[in-house]
Amino acid sequence: MNETPLEQPLVRVRDLSFHYGERAIFDHVNLDIPRGKVVAIMGPSGCGKTTLLRIISGQIRPRSGSVVVDGLEVPSLSRAALLALRKRIGMLFQSGALLTDLSVFDNVAFPLREHTDLSQRLIRTLVLMKLEAVGLRGARDLMPAALSGGMARRVALARAIALDPMMMLYDEPFTGQDPISMGVLLRLVRRMNETLGVTSIVVSHDVAETASISDYLYVISGGKVVGQGTPQTLAETRSEWVRQFMDGSPDGPVHFHYPAPDYAEDLHAGSAAPLVST
Amino acid sequence: MIGALRALGRKALGFCERLGRAHVFLAYTLLGVPESLYRVHALLYQVYAVGVLSIVIIVVSGLFVGMVLALQGYNTLVDFGAADSLGIMVALSLVREIGPVVSALLFAGRAGSALTAEIGLMKTTEQLAAIEMMAVDPLRRVIAPRLLAGVLALPLLATIFSAVGVYGGYFVGVGLLGVDEGAFWSQMQSAVDFHDDVLNGVIKSVCFGAVVTWIAVFEGYDTLPTAAGIGRATTRTVVHSSLAVLGLDFVLTALMFD
Repeated sequence: MNETPLEQPLVRVRDLSFHYGERAIFDHVNLDIPRGKVVAIMGPSGCGKTTLLRIISGQIRPRSGSVVVDGLEVPSLSRAALLALRKRIGMLFQSGALLTDLSVFDNVAFPLREHTDLSQRLIRTLVLMKLEAVGLRGARDLMPAALSGGMARRVALARAIALDPMMMLYDEPFTGQDPISMGVLLRLVRRMNETLGVTSIVVSHDVAETASISDYLYVISGGKVVGQGTPQTLAETRSEWVRQFMDGSPDGPVHFHYPAPDYAEDLHAGSAAPLVST
Repeated sequence: MIGALRALGRKALGFCERLGRAHVFLAYTLLGVPESLYRVHALLYQVYAVGVLSIVIIVVSGLFVGMVLALQGYNTLVDFGAADSLGIMVALSLVREIGPVVSALLFAGRAGSALTAEIGLMKTTEQLAAIEMMAVDPLRRVIAPRLLAGVLALPLLATIFSAVGVYGGYFVGVGLLGVDEGAFWSQMQSAVDFHDDVLNGVIKSVCFGAVVTWIAVFEGYDTLPTAAGIGRATTRTVVHSSLAVLGLDFVLTALMFD
């Protein structure tokens, strides 16, 4: 039976392959992001999580495979169609990526001024509402350089939701945050999802925190999806790799040591040479 | 041997690819230039950043260059009893050559490097990616006004440079060396042609402004998003635009003053 559009996942990735030079980042990956849910993409550093967000948002094109967002095949979209799609996607960058020559207020107003013909009064009201939602209405006149890392991300979040997107992409939103900032951001991500009805994709390697707000998790490693499921099912998984990742064990299928020759042999190999060069 | 040839080939291909990228970049940026004209406030801010903030270095350099020209020119002309022609020599040297070229070199060092560093840093801190993700084309919104501002600012700076230089020559020639004031100005007025000399000088600086700013914004946009990458891109901006200005000056001079 055919799915109705609303039952279809918002993002459907099929057979996705992507390479940096000779290195395969994704090797025939399949993913579904259901509408209205918070889905986390987790995996070790450098496994291509951020690349996946950039492919979904059309910033880079995959080598092969299909990436469909709300019925649109992203890699084959024209530039104009891609820009139109991006108006419906908000993205929170790891660094916040606020425009440093604009104040907090102007940063949040930026997408509204670029894409709408609203009056200055209405823009002001909307910006203050968005800033209120992230608790920074009082910081509207500050410049980005005067903000802490956590505040910058909250402002960036307010800017990302300025156009009421259908989907939010979060790139490592919790990295390098103190416990209070992290708690605030965690609550905000979940609250945005519930109150605005957006679909959220959270890319992160903060396992426990991300799992606590996610409806579904994908774990990626070595270019493949190595585990997926709800936080409960993943917590009970028998996959040794996923176990190691979820528990943060230093050794397991992913070794602590970088491949090297035998330790004793390596040490003795140097004994032929004098210890102090003359 | 084969290795060296291969490396040479790789470098040549890399150069061609980069040159092609720079032209595609320019074409897309030019599409955004008409839109920049409507964003008067943003454009004026960029003219301020690349133009007004460069005025001090332009005025000081222009003054000293004019003074040195008068000193050197006087020493040569006086041997031929032609010291009264000092005004012509100073003015023609400045409006035809030294004004546009030296202003462009100073502009590359002062404004070009700042543009590269600014855009490179915007790329490194993901600001350009963020703008793109907000469905705004960074080439139109960020690059085009800067390119236009450079093209507008350099001719104005070169004009200021030449004017201050002529006064520098006047102070030294008339004030210190005793050249007749009437002869200094009247000979200059009769020998310097508005179209052939002044306008050609302005056309030169428009071309230099376009090339220097193009190189500066491209290097910033194409930089490797690291601290070392921005450093290298800034150096490349100054070196490449200086060489481009000097080379282009020869071509333009050959075309204009044959």
